Parts: sequence; structure tokens; C-alpha cells
Amino acid sequence: MRWLRYLNQWRGTAKEAFDQVSIVAKFLCLLHVTDRYIISSTHVQGPSMLPTLNLTGDVILAEHVSHRFGKIGLGDVVLVRSPTDPMKMVTKRVLGLEGHRLSFFADPLVGDDSVNVVGDNVHASTDSRNFGPVPYDLIEGKALLRVWPLRCFGSLR
Amino acid sequence: MGIQNLLWQVTKKAFTGGIIGVTISDRCCSVVPVRGDSMSPTLNPQRNSYLDDYVLVEKFCLQDYKFVRGDVVVFSSPTHFKDKYIKRIVGLPGEWISSSRDVIRVPEGHCWVEGDNKASSLDSRTFGPIPLGLIRGRVTSVVWPPQRVSKIS
Repeated sequence: MRWLRYLNQWRGTAKEAFDQVSIVAKFLCLLHVTDRYIISSTHVQGPSMLPTLNLTGDVILAEHVSHRFGKIGLGDVVLVRSPTDPMKMVTKRVLGLEGHRLSFFADPLVGDDSVNVVGDNVHASTDSRNFGPVPYDLIEGKALLRVWPLRCFGSLR
Repeated sequence: MGIQNLLWQVTKKAFTGGIIGVTISDRCCSVVPVRGDSMSPTLNPQRNSYLDDYVLVEKFCLQDYKFVRGDVVVFSSPTHFKDKYIKRIVGLPGEWISSSRDVIRVPEGHCWVEGDNKASSLDSRTFGPIPLGLIRGRVTSVVWPPQRVSKIS
């Protein structure tokens, strides 16, 4: 009955392996939930948000709680999924909400649940002046503070 | 003491289950009920809410946003961000759609959606092309009621 003994040994090892894998799986799920619903770090680069964000790339912490409750306000720097390329995320500032008047745009009133987002560097930014107001649900997070480079650590101004 | 321990164990299990459930629902697939008859007869062919269809929505398509004409998708409304609609994609970026009065080009990164039941459907003919980023999943099949279980083409 040697094979019975081998079977029992195998079962013990398999259970141990399963336990380890399930710990890793649970951890990855926790990572996903935190990254999608609570807070995440993003590398942003490009000239469109100078001087607030550096040209050569910053790492910022963005929170994903406010936009689910509709608490995005004027002047917030938000992470938004680009309406021209759904695989790209862009960082811009909210300058116009539903019903607000702006001097920037020819037709200042935006429709329901759309926001106008503009980059701080108006000379080098494709934003709502090009692609129009974006539906609110494309907003995925609000920038909280910058964590890299260290000399610029802190909130964005 | 035993009750406290039991409560803690149950809370831990519920929390873990919840996190795993949310991850699966976000990355893999979820089941959603269909309300309204804008997709008749494909979905909800009867107007009786007791017989509403439940459909399986897969989320793998959100990795690369590659859709084809004819896909039935779930997307957030461009006008009321808390609402979700289910419609069919009839126009991909760059294509021309002839709506009631004129011919419209679907811009890059957007798509044109219409319900199968054109008479009672709030879709792109009203709110225009929607950004692909609003799409939350693709409907693959009906899972309830049992006699309607089928794949959606």
C-alpha cells in the first residue's frame, strides 16, 4: 500500500501549496480594491500641467473616493480617461462644471454631468478646448499630493 | 469570549469574500439585471418586470477596448453619471452614421450606440457618440430566466 502513503503525502503538500496561493490571491485582490477604490500612485508626465506638475514626470497620489460621491469641485486636479483614446489617462484641472459660466469657452454652459477640464499650461495642452466637455464618469480620481521628486513633496499648487 | 471570536472570524471571512467578489466583478465578469425594453426583442422581450433578463457582462474587453460593430455593451450615461445603459454598438471610431437629419462621423475614441428597439430607446440618436472610456463591460449571454439562457450575438 505504498501508493496510499504517497497519496497522503501529496495531499498534505497540495493543501500547503493551495494555502500559499490563496494568500497571494487575496493580497492581489486587496491591492486591486485599494488601487481602484481608495488611493493609488500614478506617474504623470508631459508639459500640459506646467508649472503645477513637472515636465520630466512626477509621481502623485490620487484618491478614488471623491468622484464616486460627486465631490469634484472647481480647481481640482483630476485624473481623467481621455475621450480620444480610452487607453490613456490624462491629468487636468477642472475649470467648468455643469451650469457654470466660463470666459474660456465660446459656449460656456455645459450640459448635464459634463465637466470642462483644462491643463494649466494653456499653450501646450489638449483638453476641453479641443475635445469639448467630458462626461463626469470619465473622471477616475482626484490628485492628492505629489510624492516624487522629493524636493517637491506636498500638495499641488 | 467565544462569541467575540466567532464574530471576528465571520467578519474576516466576509471582508475577504467581499474583496474577492469586487475584484472578480471588476476584472472578470458580473451579472446585471436589464431594465426597460430598449433592447427588445434581444433583451426583455416582455414588458413584465418579473421576467426581466439577467445578463452576464464580461470585463476582459476593458483591457484593450477593442470592440466590433454589433457588440452589446454596458456603459455609464454621459448625462447622468450614476445611470448605466445597455445598448448595441453600431458605429466604431471613424465610421459615418446616418441619423435622422444628417450624416455624422464618429470621432476617435468614441462609438455610436443604439438600442435594438428603435422606437423606445434613449441612445446616441439623442446624446451623440459616447467616449469608449464610458463603457463598463460587454454583454455575452442571458443567464436568467432559465428558458432564455442563450448567447447574445
